[in-house]
Amino acid sequence: MRNRRCEPVELSTFDKQIINRLQHGLPVVERPFLEIAEELGCSEDALMERLQVLLDEKVLSRFGPMFDAACLGGAFTLAALSVPEESFEQVTEQVNSFEEVAHNYKRNHDYNMWFVVGTEAKDGIEKVIKQIEDKTGFPVLNVPKLEEFYVGLYFNA
Amino acid sequence: MSVSTSMPDALTPLEREYVLLTQTGLPIISEPYKWLAEQLHITVEETLEMTKDLKSRGIIRRIAAVPNHYKLGYQFNGMTVWDVKDEFASEFGSAIGRLSFVSHCYLRPRHLPSWNYNLFAMVHGKSEQEIKQYQSQIKDLLSEVLETNRSELNPSLKSHDMLNSTQILKKTGLRLNRNGEPKGGTNV
Repeated sequence: MRNRRCEPVELSTFDKQIINRLQHGLPVVERPFLEIAEELGCSEDALMERLQVLLDEKVLSRFGPMFDAACLGGAFTLAALSVPEESFEQVTEQVNSFEEVAHNYKRNHDYNMWFVVGTEAKDGIEKVIKQIEDKTGFPVLNVPKLEEFYVGLYFNA
Repeated sequence: MSVSTSMPDALTPLEREYVLLTQTGLPIISEPYKWLAEQLHITVEETLEMTKDLKSRGIIRRIAAVPNHYKLGYQFNGMTVWDVKDEFASEFGSAIGRLSFVSHCYLRPRHLPSWNYNLFAMVHGKSEQEIKQYQSQIKDLLSEVLETNRSELNPSLKSHDMLNSTQILKKTGLRLNRNGEPKGGTNV
């Protein structure tokens, strides 16, 4: 299915070079853009200027340190609900009303609602799951990660 | 069984300040760490050292740009899920995670008899056909290690599936609060 959040944009070769290179990570040095500019064969100013445009136009959603959420304290899990179509809108509102619910997606499966729960307290997840069950009247499928093999969001521009 | 994922590795107050200052991004200036050092009231050298240390501890995955993949034309994503025999799950999870079209790959608990899938791999593509092809590539890799004997437990269980997102119902990012702890997560 198609997520119609925004349509693809036309990118120049230089834009693509920047996007592809910067996804891989920058060296931790005083002037990181200078090093990357030398690699790409452009000036530091040209790189920074174009990078800012790509951010302003939201082709890039952010630039900076990517933190491992679980390392910042608190607790996280992925959870799902199986919701009948006639109740879907109402349950969406109920689930989204929890500020602990960060992302929520409709998916094509019996378990048709998938959401991420994050809590301040390390033992807060169980409580929120119970509250979601009480509020919606549906049992929650709770599938916290047991092992992580790879998290890398590389998209070739 | 654990109900959530958490890490005990606490941040120092200065590291917490570092996160607060940079979680929405670094400024696009020639010397971004100099700016950060000024905010933290430490030297540039100390800021660079702290950055390297946070990286080595896995708290910072990398300093990088995050594209809006929809704008790059990757408008299709599928959460592929697999019922992999437990003794093979880690080994094959690592292999699947290394595939270029997989962005996230996790081992998660089963909840039998309703949910039998333990390996999750998120794939992205520019067409529905493309993500289906990725799913079949993963299937080829896992063909020998999938659990195929669940029918007695629940006849509707399959050995694998792909859940496509049909609608974004909510999307808020991870933010650490000034006065407290994080509110939500992205990499979970």
